[in-house]
Amino acid sequence: MNSKLQVSASPHTRGMVTTNKIMFMVLAALAPACLMGVLAFGPRALLVLAVSVVSSVISEYLYERLLHKKITVSDGSAAVTGLLIGMNMPPGIDLWIPCLGSVFAIVVIKQLYGGLGQNFMNPALGARCFLLISFAGKMTTFTSGSGALKLVTEVSSTTDALSGATPLAYLKTGASFDLKALFLGNVQGCIGEVSAAAILAGGIFLVAAKIIRLRIPGSYLGCFAVLTLITAAVRGYDAPVIYTLQQLCAGGLMLGAWFMATDYVTSPITPVGQIVFGCALGFLTWVFRLIGSGAEGVSYSIIFMNLLVPVIEHFTRPVAAGMVRQRRENRRLMKRNKAEARRLKAAGKKENDT
Amino acid sequence: MRRFTFKGGVHPYDGKELTAEKPVRVLEAGAELAFLLSQHIGAPAKSIVKKGDRVLEGQMIAEAGGFVSAPVFSSVSGTVKGIEKRRNAMGVLTDAVIVANDFQYEKAPVSPLPGMEEYCTLSQSGKDGRPELSLVIRKASEALELIRPDERLKNVEPSEVLDRIRAAGIVGMGGAGFPTHVKLSPPDPEKIDYILVNGSECEPYVTCDYRLMCDRPGELIAGLKAVLRMFSGARGVFAIEDNKPAAISTLTDALRGEENIYVAPCRTKYPEGAERNLIKAITGAEVNSRMLPADAGCIVLNVSTVFAVFEAVFLGIPLYRRFLTISGDAVVSPGNFLVPTGVSFGEVGEKAGGFIQTPEKLIAGGPMMGFAQSDFTGVCTKTSSAITAFRYDLVSRIAETPCINCGRCVDACPARLVPSHLADMARKMELEKFEENYGLECVNCGSCSFSCPAGRPLAALVNQGRQTVLAARRKARK
Repeated sequence: MNSKLQVSASPHTRGMVTTNKIMFMVLAALAPACLMGVLAFGPRALLVLAVSVVSSVISEYLYERLLHKKITVSDGSAAVTGLLIGMNMPPGIDLWIPCLGSVFAIVVIKQLYGGLGQNFMNPALGARCFLLISFAGKMTTFTSGSGALKLVTEVSSTTDALSGATPLAYLKTGASFDLKALFLGNVQGCIGEVSAAAILAGGIFLVAAKIIRLRIPGSYLGCFAVLTLITAAVRGYDAPVIYTLQQLCAGGLMLGAWFMATDYVTSPITPVGQIVFGCALGFLTWVFRLIGSGAEGVSYSIIFMNLLVPVIEHFTRPVAAGMVRQRRENRRLMKRNKAEARRLKAAGKKENDT
Repeated sequence: MRRFTFKGGVHPYDGKELTAEKPVRVLEAGAELAFLLSQHIGAPAKSIVKKGDRVLEGQMIAEAGGFVSAPVFSSVSGTVKGIEKRRNAMGVLTDAVIVANDFQYEKAPVSPLPGMEEYCTLSQSGKDGRPELSLVIRKASEALELIRPDERLKNVEPSEVLDRIRAAGIVGMGGAGFPTHVKLSPPDPEKIDYILVNGSECEPYVTCDYRLMCDRPGELIAGLKAVLRMFSGARGVFAIEDNKPAAISTLTDALRGEENIYVAPCRTKYPEGAERNLIKAITGAEVNSRMLPADAGCIVLNVSTVFAVFEAVFLGIPLYRRFLTISGDAVVSPGNFLVPTGVSFGEVGEKAGGFIQTPEKLIAGGPMMGFAQSDFTGVCTKTSSAITAFRYDLVSRIAETPCINCGRCVDACPARLVPSHLADMARKMELEKFEENYGLECVNCGSCSFSCPAGRPLAALVNQGRQTVLAARRKARK
């Protein structure tokens, strides 16, 4: 028998999950939110999404082609970045703006730092913040949509109706907004952010498919909700619980918590670190939204915390099994086991008969 | 029913349906056998035969080379051809006694415990009346009726049990090959609370321990009782993964009425059978690389080892053959065999029915922790629990892509390490940092590599880092 055997280190088998599959699962999970955006704002929104994805993929392809690197567009990560950029755009935006955002995200934030896995900041959010600062006017102009859904723009009570303002601007003043509209998505806002329900569905899909863990979104939303609830109660808003739910559903929080903060590359790898990261995000978003002067703060919170990930990972490194404290614990357990054995013997109990 | 488990781990395809219900067959030895002098951890055994000597089946051909060592026995009768270098499963050339088989199977005399005659007579399949590990399958109750372990052991001093185990050359048969008599001589025997019989068999494709538990429950119980004879304060536990309900129910039935031995069903998850995880699952105690299981009040023995203990203590038969599973998609007829040590892997493959085609990968052991072979000349030892052969090797075709920090390796690691970071440190040779991050706690179970979506060889890198650190330490000590 001739020897054509392959020799490699164990294990000699691999799991089914690959980077490609993860990226396409994320794209699938984003689909319901995109669909709601298109339903709310019409075909124009679909065009913005398509342009973002295509420009993002092309940027990655051209960069790698020009620098004679391995072409990695097929791993799907550029498409995810592009789609997230598109979802962060107002539906009526000039099409060159998402293109510029894609180039910035892919070239400056991702590729210049070494490509997939090396970026220190979420590319889509980095691009969004870059665009928000550079083109504040265009990025915050929300024209009424032409979609299939009737948008709720008016507020029932107190404040004067700001034409085209997002629900967050209302909430900022302590006013109330139609919670059902916020949840379902027939409100003003960025394409992918409008429907909390659709984003939640995507997030639950990712958790169920074991693509993400609940640690980050859970601690993020939980921490933010608790702080908001307390604030609303202290400030004496009517119905603090409803107000908190409105805050949770409005703006970029849902999309941020489920799809941006959970970006593997820019979140901690340690389980405790992920919870610390999520809580810090909740706190920062609360500061930006309820204490600071702006209405929105999810993007800034996340990219700020992205920068702290190495520090969080360093301080939350898990203690390996059986190290240090465990010695004491083991002595206690052994004592307990001994006592149990004595007790069993004394009672003459036969474990196998139970 | 309570299911014992631990945190971390993965769920690889286990391929056990290929062989689980295949009855054990005897595999005949070939014309030439090679008995490695180092089939265990510790000092190699010292050969006590010379070229031209005639040896018998079950005769000692090499004596223990120290306390942490074990003797080696011939599995056939024949003539010693000399000492040559042969590859062990890891591919390292080691000394081996070569014996030419004369196909007479003339057996060395053995000394069963008094009262075992009936068992021996009823079990023999050979013509010479020697106690034979036959393939007669007996119900636990019938076997125990014949063996009557409590009665027999009453007249045996604990020290004699240990002596018989040492003289039989028994080593941990789950893979590591640590001499069993050393394991059974902890500094403080009073502190041992548990004798854990490791029947989890979490390695994919391996089913030989499952067959043992189903076919020979009585013998296993007797073997465990022999071990318990040495530890008055300890309980015996059969830890079995819940994907083997037949083994669980067989042993549970057989143990009805036993005070000190019970079955602990474990949740099916790789690597349940790794010693530290098993201890964690059953007792809650955690053991690190600098501790022994005895520090947590446990001694862990593989099912095959306990069977070898039964043979050694009750029948006086030394360890020179074992149960082995040959499986994988390149094997014509996967199955379970009683294999004499010293047979080459290629021979086992051929005798078991041959290969469908030349496999791309031949593994000594299972696909998670086994050793890939470069040729077919490796030989079966006391620790060979399986040979697996695959037509297609996925791993050599995987292109490594960058780490995306997804944390799957962290979730999978049963030792609570951060494999992706450790792999980077090992690759950059940042060994101090590697140690500081508990790199030495890795047991190379491979769960991290298995779960990595980027196809990075994490376990291999971490193991390489670990070996480098350990080598440097050994050097510093000298």
